[in-house]
Amino acid sequence: MMVPEFFQDHAPILVVILPLLGAFLTPLIGKASSRAPRYVAALFLLGSLAMVAVLADKVWSQSPIPVVYTLGAHSGSGINPVFRIQLVVDGLGVLMAIIMGIVSTAAVLYSWSFIDKYSGQDKYYTLLQLTAVGAYGMVLTGDIFNLFVFFEISSIALCGLVAFRTERGESFEAAFKYMLYSTISGVFLLFAIGIFYGEYGVLNMGVISEAMSSAGGASVLDKIALGLLVTVFSLKAGSVPMHMATPDAYSEAPGGISAIFVAASQTGLYALFRTSFTIYGHYNPNTGAFNLDTYTLGWIVVILGVLSMFIGVTMALVQKDIKRLMAYHAISQTGYMLLGVGVGIAVLSDPAKMTAFGVDAMRGGIFHIINHALYKGLLFLTAGAVFYRLQTRNLNEMHGLGHTMRFTTVFFMIGALAIAGMPPMNGFSSKLLIYESVYQFNPIIAVIAMLVSVLTLASFVKVFYSAFLGPKPENPPEDAPTSMLIGMTILVAVIIVFSLFPGLVVERLIDPAVRALLFPWLAGGV
Amino acid sequence: MLWQLPFVVSVALVAIGLYICIVKTNMVKIVMGVALMESGANLFLVALGYRENGTAPIFYQNPNPGAEMVMPTTQALTLTSIVIGVATTALLLAFTVMLYKRYGTVDTRRARRLRE
Repeated sequence: MMVPEFFQDHAPILVVILPLLGAFLTPLIGKASSRAPRYVAALFLLGSLAMVAVLADKVWSQSPIPVVYTLGAHSGSGINPVFRIQLVVDGLGVLMAIIMGIVSTAAVLYSWSFIDKYSGQDKYYTLLQLTAVGAYGMVLTGDIFNLFVFFEISSIALCGLVAFRTERGESFEAAFKYMLYSTISGVFLLFAIGIFYGEYGVLNMGVISEAMSSAGGASVLDKIALGLLVTVFSLKAGSVPMHMATPDAYSEAPGGISAIFVAASQTGLYALFRTSFTIYGHYNPNTGAFNLDTYTLGWIVVILGVLSMFIGVTMALVQKDIKRLMAYHAISQTGYMLLGVGVGIAVLSDPAKMTAFGVDAMRGGIFHIINHALYKGLLFLTAGAVFYRLQTRNLNEMHGLGHTMRFTTVFFMIGALAIAGMPPMNGFSSKLLIYESVYQFNPIIAVIAMLVSVLTLASFVKVFYSAFLGPKPENPPEDAPTSMLIGMTILVAVIIVFSLFPGLVVERLIDPAVRALLFPWLAGGV
Repeated sequence: MLWQLPFVVSVALVAIGLYICIVKTNMVKIVMGVALMESGANLFLVALGYRENGTAPIFYQNPNPGAEMVMPTTQALTLTSIVIGVATTALLLAFTVMLYKRYGTVDTRRARRLRE
């Protein structure tokens, strides 16, 4: 396929800039016509997705060497990472961008009908695009201060969206809570960045890791910074014990936003893995030493993962509110990703263990990130469709929806089977990779992971039974409007492709991401 | 020792702010605590860039070339962070106002309908 050279060259920045431009155009165009913002948002998010595709092609063709885009300099001596802001895109960054691209496109189409009755649609679409800007920026930048700025952009935009339904006091309660947590974590992140800058005088993550390496590894201050960073990013990802605001925010956000919220939270996981591998797991080929012995860090991430898995699912079992239940499952599924990649972090310095099971664990964890964004996004969209028709999220007040909401029921079933890890769905492939590899790391943790999967299935059987089965209600609701069905169909189509060809997806999408994390240390061994 | 004082103050500001956020139940006070934490982080950044007897980092106004200048990058970072801080504080206060209109209270012990 022929892509003009301009787009080839500038794809990394265009991914971020297109939705940003759209976000500022939306309110202007909204003055002229109240229906125009939805088309502007869809157009710019689709454009951004197309740029992600161009970028992905470029990144995969030169994997594992990252694509570097220097802002304000074309080539030659102007490109000095110490003085310039750079976008550094590797396999993992582009994978996260693909997730955000697919989910945001589905969510914006879904929102066309979902918020049709509300006023302030121009503001809704502005904030929706700004959320995408924040998430794209976080995963594409190579500059840690930029990461902080995009982190705040996505937090602020998401909080505005959580409080979108202004007629309810609860939405402000949830938005205040989430904003408070993300602001405090932003302060900690800034502190960690200050520590790095004070020590090394640079903000580029690659240069920081090399400076740390030539200074002889992580100092005490670096370890303090690592503690701050792990706290901040696991809070953003919504992992236990920093999960208190997550269920409230997920359940109060409008339907389409909950789906984007999942993808945006996962940028926290991205940042956690990026700092763990690129900065602290940096391998110096001259001295043969790592910046930090990552064994302890790996165990901390694994323990966070196990706690999230177990506490998330046990909290989900007792919920009556359909979206709150799904939000607790989101916490529980985040645990799988932390567990998989945490095992990889723990065995990073041991090449034998790394090739035996570490690489597979990382594959599973990273594959689970994209799977989770797809099926949890889909489940949140179906829950939004139910709410759209019934105006309630209480499971006790719904029954027999399967009689009339046929597509929604089928989509919910697909999502529920995928999250429970039933073969042949995509959730099964990633969970199997995690079980197999974690069993060799520590059998007890693998058993806990399987138990959590069973409990997840039990919980979704409960939802399916109480909401979709049973006698036909007196005033049977119609199925969701067309635009909402289209949004859900996009996600279902991707889930089905991923379920049918897991091997191909792992090889094409996931392996470049794993290779990028291990580059230049075991990159050839993947 | 005096050289370290700004760092001690900035950590103290963040600690006091965090304490307020955890202990106080009035939402307005919590927002004040957040603002204190942000000031602490900003002070930390500016203090990092300070050089003793340094001048402002403007080359053509420098009276004696070769003299030490304070670092401009941290000041640029601080400016960005102040702007973000204003946005978050304004948003938090706006949420507080709207919550007061809906619930009639800004006490976090009573404004917790989501838990029920």
